[in-house]
Amino acid sequence: MRASFIAREVGGGLRRNFTMTVALVVSVAVSLTLFGAALLMRSQVDRMKGYWYEKVQVSIFLCGENSLAYTCTGAVTDEQRTDVRATLEGLKPTVQEIYYESSDEAYSRFKEQFKGSPIIANVAPSALPESFRVKLDDPSHYDQVANALSGKPGVESVQDQRKLLERFFQILHGLQTFALAIAGAMLFVTVLLVMNTVRVAAFARRRETSIMRSVGASNASIRLPFVLEAVTAAVLGASLAAGTMLAVKSFVIDARLQPNITFIAWVTWDDVLAILPWLFGVGIGTAVLASGITLRRYLKG
Amino acid sequence: MIRFEEVSKQYKSSNRPALTDINLDVEQGEFVFLVGSSGSGKSSLLRLLLKEEVPTAGTVSIDGLNIGKLSNRKVPALRRTLGIVFQDFRLLPSKSVFDNVAFGMEVIGKGRKEILERVPEVIDLVGLEGKEDRLPSQLSGGEQQRVALARAFINQPKILLADEPTGNLDPSTSVGIMKLLDRINRTGTTILMATHDVAIVDQMRKRIVQLEHGTIIRDQQRGMYGHTGH
Repeated sequence: MRASFIAREVGGGLRRNFTMTVALVVSVAVSLTLFGAALLMRSQVDRMKGYWYEKVQVSIFLCGENSLAYTCTGAVTDEQRTDVRATLEGLKPTVQEIYYESSDEAYSRFKEQFKGSPIIANVAPSALPESFRVKLDDPSHYDQVANALSGKPGVESVQDQRKLLERFFQILHGLQTFALAIAGAMLFVTVLLVMNTVRVAAFARRRETSIMRSVGASNASIRLPFVLEAVTAAVLGASLAAGTMLAVKSFVIDARLQPNITFIAWVTWDDVLAILPWLFGVGIGTAVLASGITLRRYLKG
Repeated sequence: MIRFEEVSKQYKSSNRPALTDINLDVEQGEFVFLVGSSGSGKSSLLRLLLKEEVPTAGTVSIDGLNIGKLSNRKVPALRRTLGIVFQDFRLLPSKSVFDNVAFGMEVIGKGRKEILERVPEVIDLVGLEGKEDRLPSQLSGGEQQRVALARAFINQPKILLADEPTGNLDPSTSVGIMKLLDRINRTGTTILMATHDVAIVDQMRKRIVQLEHGTIIRDQQRGMYGHTGH
């Protein structure tokens, strides 16, 4: 069938069914916005976890030139560093892996994590301490490592990597689950709406479809306009959701949060853009599946 | 070219068979009236040819092709070789005469140029020239049936099936439609027409196949409606 003929049929169908189309677009937009929000929260958590979070449980920061801790007398010496490493080696098998991160490495990871944030301009490589990052056989063994290393010369601090962010992540995780649950419920409503819309459209146009069938139109070409109608509505809804995502990034995160809360690494434009294809994919996929199933039931060949 | 061999049809919803042991051969270019009272099986016979139904037993074939065994994917191709008109015309009320006729070509993907050439030709053939832009609601019943005939004939089907095409028309209008069907028949198109219309059948003097309770009780060349075999 020619594209212009299909386009006319689809446009006519959407106009005739205007209120349903609006309902469909809005419900797709709402469910995908929530879905997008859940994904955005996940990116936010990932971004805050940074490079080491999933890999290690304990971070041992060594003294820098300007460290104020009582164990520090200027920057850590080679001797002290070797001593710390030896102590860590001695704690095996509680300590499973030991990674060393220099100031420079720490700085480049910091830059990656805080990409787009004004904080980078205020932090010099020397401000980021060198460290040992340690993976434990069991996170609850943190105390053993802390006891062995706290107060050692050259060690500025020993940090339980998880304690710091865990609570915040729990809250975000809760929000994320909540958003996903509502997104799921809305998506379910959307599926029902698509099915109903398509069913009503198929009923309204049963004359056309029966004529199409009797002159030998293929099943695919009979169903295509209906599927395309649902997809068009889904694309409109996904566009609204995508617009909302971009607006949140631009007007909330960039304009409000980032300048005021600089110690958190906020999601970047790349993170947001990576979410958009998912919105369109889920929206279009839902429309195609729901309308396909409905047409199979109501437009038998 | 159309052949029914020992065809029976039993609908699930009914305890009486719609068709029983039907044997029927129709040659290329023939004009056949299917007559009989309501429920005698005329429509079932046409539906089997369109593969809207599948026979319970026996085979229905067109040009040697077993229709009942045809896969669903090939049904559209079958229907493109068949034209069909109904008692209630089945026109699209929102489309003009031209677009209704063109619809038959649109849905099977014919190009614009071909459509612009062919549609006016067929509209002329059915005698509706000058009325291309009218909507079905602005036409008389006879004119609407002409539009339906034009649509059925637009892709030059080998076989035209007509289910009570004059059922909603007054006698003089019906004559016009029959003349048109006769004309289409003369182009070599095989026509199978189910009807109750005694006057038309008697006037046309074509082959008559009479059904009663799902069996053929008469098959007569150049027959008259009233002169039944029993």
